Amino acid sequence: MLLIPCPWCGPRAQIEFTYGGDAAVQRPSPEAPEAVWVAYVYLRDNPAGPHAELWLHSAGCRRWFKVRRDTRTHDILGSASPGAALPGAPT
Amino acid sequence: MTQAWRNAQGGAIDRTLPIRFEYDGVRYEGYTGDTLASALLANGVHLIGRSFKYHRPRGIVAAGVDEPNALVQLARGARTAPNVRATTQELYAGLVAASQNCWPSVRFDVGAINNALSRFMPSGFYYKTFMWPPAPKWWLRYEHVIRRAAGTGLAAVEPDPDHYEHQYGHCDVLVIGAGPAGLAAARAAAHAGARVMLCDENPGFGGSLIGSAATVDGGTVGEWIAAVDRDLASNPDVTLLPRTTAFGYYDGNLVGLLERVTDHLADPPVHTPRQRLWKVRARVVVLATGALERGIAYANNDLPGTLLAGAARTYVDRYAVRTGTRAVVFTNNDSAYATALALHGAGVAVEAIVDARPEGSLTATLPRAAIVAGLPIVAGSAIADAQGGRRVSAVDVVPLSGGGVRRIACDLVCVSGGWNPAVHLFSQARGTLRYDDALATFVPEASPMPIKPAGGANGRFDLAAALADGHAAGLAAAAHSGAGTSSPIPAPIPAPQATPAVTAGLHPMWSVPARHKGDKRFVDLQSDVTVADIALAAREGYQSVEHLKRYTTLGMGPDQGKLSNIVGLALLAEQLAVPIPQVGTTTFRPPYTPVTLGAFPGHDAGAQVEPTRYSAMHDWHVMHGARFVNAGLWKRPHSYPRSGESADEAANREAKNVRTNVGVVDVSTLGKIELQGADVAEFLNRVYINRWDTLAVGRCRYGVMLRDDGIVMDDGTTSRLSATHYLMTTTTVNAAKVMQHLERLLQVDWPELEVFVTSVTEQWAAAALSGPNARRVLAKIVDVDVANDAFPFLAVGQCHLRTATGPIPARLFRMSYSGELAYEIHVPADRGRAMWEAIIAAGAEFGIMPYGTEAMSSLRIEKGHVVIGPEADGRTTADDLGMGKLVNAAKWCVGKPLLARPALTQSDRWQLVGLTAVDGAASVAIPRAAKIVADPDHPLPNPMLGHVTSWCRSPNLDAWIALGLLANGRARHGEILWAVSPLADAKVRVQVGPPCFVDPDGERLRV
Repeated sequence: MLLIPCPWCGPRAQIEFTYGGDAAVQRPSPEAPEAVWVAYVYLRDNPAGPHAELWLHSAGCRRWFKVRRDTRTHDILGSASPGAALPGAPT
Repeated sequence: MTQAWRNAQGGAIDRTLPIRFEYDGVRYEGYTGDTLASALLANGVHLIGRSFKYHRPRGIVAAGVDEPNALVQLARGARTAPNVRATTQELYAGLVAASQNCWPSVRFDVGAINNALSRFMPSGFYYKTFMWPPAPKWWLRYEHVIRRAAGTGLAAVEPDPDHYEHQYGHCDVLVIGAGPAGLAAARAAAHAGARVMLCDENPGFGGSLIGSAATVDGGTVGEWIAAVDRDLASNPDVTLLPRTTAFGYYDGNLVGLLERVTDHLADPPVHTPRQRLWKVRARVVVLATGALERGIAYANNDLPGTLLAGAARTYVDRYAVRTGTRAVVFTNNDSAYATALALHGAGVAVEAIVDARPEGSLTATLPRAAIVAGLPIVAGSAIADAQGGRRVSAVDVVPLSGGGVRRIACDLVCVSGGWNPAVHLFSQARGTLRYDDALATFVPEASPMPIKPAGGANGRFDLAAALADGHAAGLAAAAHSGAGTSSPIPAPIPAPQATPAVTAGLHPMWSVPARHKGDKRFVDLQSDVTVADIALAAREGYQSVEHLKRYTTLGMGPDQGKLSNIVGLALLAEQLAVPIPQVGTTTFRPPYTPVTLGAFPGHDAGAQVEPTRYSAMHDWHVMHGARFVNAGLWKRPHSYPRSGESADEAANREAKNVRTNVGVVDVSTLGKIELQGADVAEFLNRVYINRWDTLAVGRCRYGVMLRDDGIVMDDGTTSRLSATHYLMTTTTVNAAKVMQHLERLLQVDWPELEVFVTSVTEQWAAAALSGPNARRVLAKIVDVDVANDAFPFLAVGQCHLRTATGPIPARLFRMSYSGELAYEIHVPADRGRAMWEAIIAAGAEFGIMPYGTEAMSSLRIEKGHVVIGPEADGRTTADDLGMGKLVNAAKWCVGKPLLARPALTQSDRWQLVGLTAVDGAASVAIPRAAKIVADPDHPLPNPMLGHVTSWCRSPNLDAWIALGLLANGRARHGEILWAVSPLADAKVRVQVGPPCFVDPDGERLRV
């Protein structure tokens, strides 16, 4: 069970959170072409290594935030609010 | 004579009160502090059970969790447990146990025929029977015989009477194992200021030191253990957990511990949990789990009376039990000499110490002591064979360089092939292992997690080295955890001291060559895997250690190969002629020892698996005979059957009454979300398909939300309470999902919008009042004008309700799900009952009836309202459901970009239609989950034109009606098709029409 560092509440057990998918993808603007929207909805990178992802502290402060987790080792390298930068590789 | 093999002195047992127990129907006596195994051995009982496959007679081999043979059935009423290790089960008064896997008795077991047929049953024989004799005829004949032979004990048949607790623990340093290294580590860490938890699977601390004659810090080990115990127990920052096994290591330095609270008690107290599952987050873990001994595989090494040397010594030191009268010790290392000396001191005749190493090894401390004591040593030799039936009676000793056999009569054989550090949790912590040539085993190398092995677990088998190693690990762990860095820094304490022993090295020996064809040399006693099986696996191409394990089942029993894994992989390496490190180990997985299933859910069992949610009016529904259904976690009334009425009859009565008089339904469970802020209208525009900036204050509107891929996600009504204050409703089941969706959009995607969302589902109780008489009922209890022009369709307002307990504030909405004149009333949840009773009282003169979800469902099918799930099934678009016009062309919304994809707009998409059964309409039911076809007798595959999504026997039309999705359905009104169910072998003719059967122009709504 991961220990996830909520930027507001501190490290809490994984059971308090809901996973929210890839944090690297950006919602396109409404005018973006269909191909861009298709990529946003369906296509994801699958890195073996540090990965930026979204988590919701559903049983706590109910904030969404980003986490950088190594998909090979589950080591968590840092967390940040949605608008801030994650430590490590570019978000 | 009772306990004839128990010495009068010695051991860590309490002789004040004998304990009576029963094994295989025979009564015996033992003492407090005994395990079932030690008590049986004290009474001379060695034949304990029959082996898994060959049903060979077996005896006790070990003294702890590594025991492979002595798995017994513990009879304890509803707590009956199979496969209990006699070597770890603490003896209690009145204990009753029996041997397993034998019939009619352990002495005379019919299953022993398997031993005679063993050449037909090597590893993998069962897989090969799938190839020959020819299946299925032959396989079906013997398969049930093999199936009955599988398994060993009997499961309990009554519900578990015990309960299990969960406990969270947090500490700086968790020390696993309270032997010399663990005690030294815990003591050092505690004195360095760390919060320490110390756990050990045994009832008392001391581990390998218990009963030992060694000295520590100039005193006896007993004194040292007691002193450390007192020291730790008096420290408020130390938690001591005996009888507690650390069974698994998980992400984030989470360690699972299982504390056995009452398994050692004759009469467990009623309200005490049987076991406690600890979930411990430690900053640093010190792994002081010691080492497990391994054997050497020689012919008939499984005869009862054959023990691990360390275990035989433990039975003397800890339990004062002589495990035989004439012993032969067989070893390749120094540690077994301590056993020989212990047996000798306990009065057992040591006939020979057979040492595989040459005479030159006998210069170290322990062999010298054995020579001084006059014990006969046979160097450079090995046991090639053992004789006996239900007990070993002699061994055949051969010189390794060749030469004549010497037969030595004995009734006890103590074997030591070396020691393996218990690295299980280290490996689970992603620790790598290194093969140590000197110890001929795998030792911990490095882990990326904060876990430090110490003592025997770290390959430090000498007592002095283990103490020093543990002390250092404890200090390092405390420092690493950041404890004790605040002032004052505690003064360091010195490490415990013991005299180091001079040891000669170990000579690796995994097996002794067999002298006769067919001799069985056992590697895994629990799964009956022999040296020949390993050779067979290698020959047949199963050359990876993981394949070896699965093909032979080596290490797959409850003991998970604690005795056998290393020997097995070393023999595989010999077979393949590769170095042992190249073969490697199999993956270590939790649990280290079996964990009772009930411990994992703890109290989250039965009715407490999930919370149950009740509306504020629940008790009223119960009192009025409601039958309930589950809607997510909520309990909702299905219907209110009167006496003599079935639930369906009640639902029909209720639905009819709504259209003719007036009904009231509890809709508290629907999701309610308050939205406030300057940008709410813009936000609603983005999440709903229709437009919201045109919604006036005091009005509500139906809305539909799409997923990002254009598919319908949820629907509801949203009301505007003020310029910047809105209330959204969602479906019951999707309330949490929609809330999460909105929060994510606002926090992650559009943080620039000023919108605040709050879930208020539980804060408001809600009722829907529907029917031609709804206004008359409402007017009696509200303090506002509800005439049609004052409060038209889709109006929203605040008011007060007159109730028996006084006026209560309420929100009033004129919206309709039933298609009749209807209102929704919301009051603060704690006033819900008062509101409901006021409505029922006011409606009595008009024939008001409460109605449930079943009636509500019939009413909405009659009106063609789609429901998330049946119609909006995750594949349908708004246009499929007849709501294409609701998608506002002038603005963007979530899902719009992908809505234009060709597959979602093609002309033959399945569209919502209404279906009415023809031919004897009232009695012929539209089948459940029916498919729509043109010709029911078309040969399979029958082209499917669509399917039925919702159906009912309409109480108001007295006909079977349905909603369905039909290819190009909107162009097919009037056609007659078939609704068929091949599963139910039913078919009904149906006429296609618009999806609304009552008041299609909606006149009744606007009255």
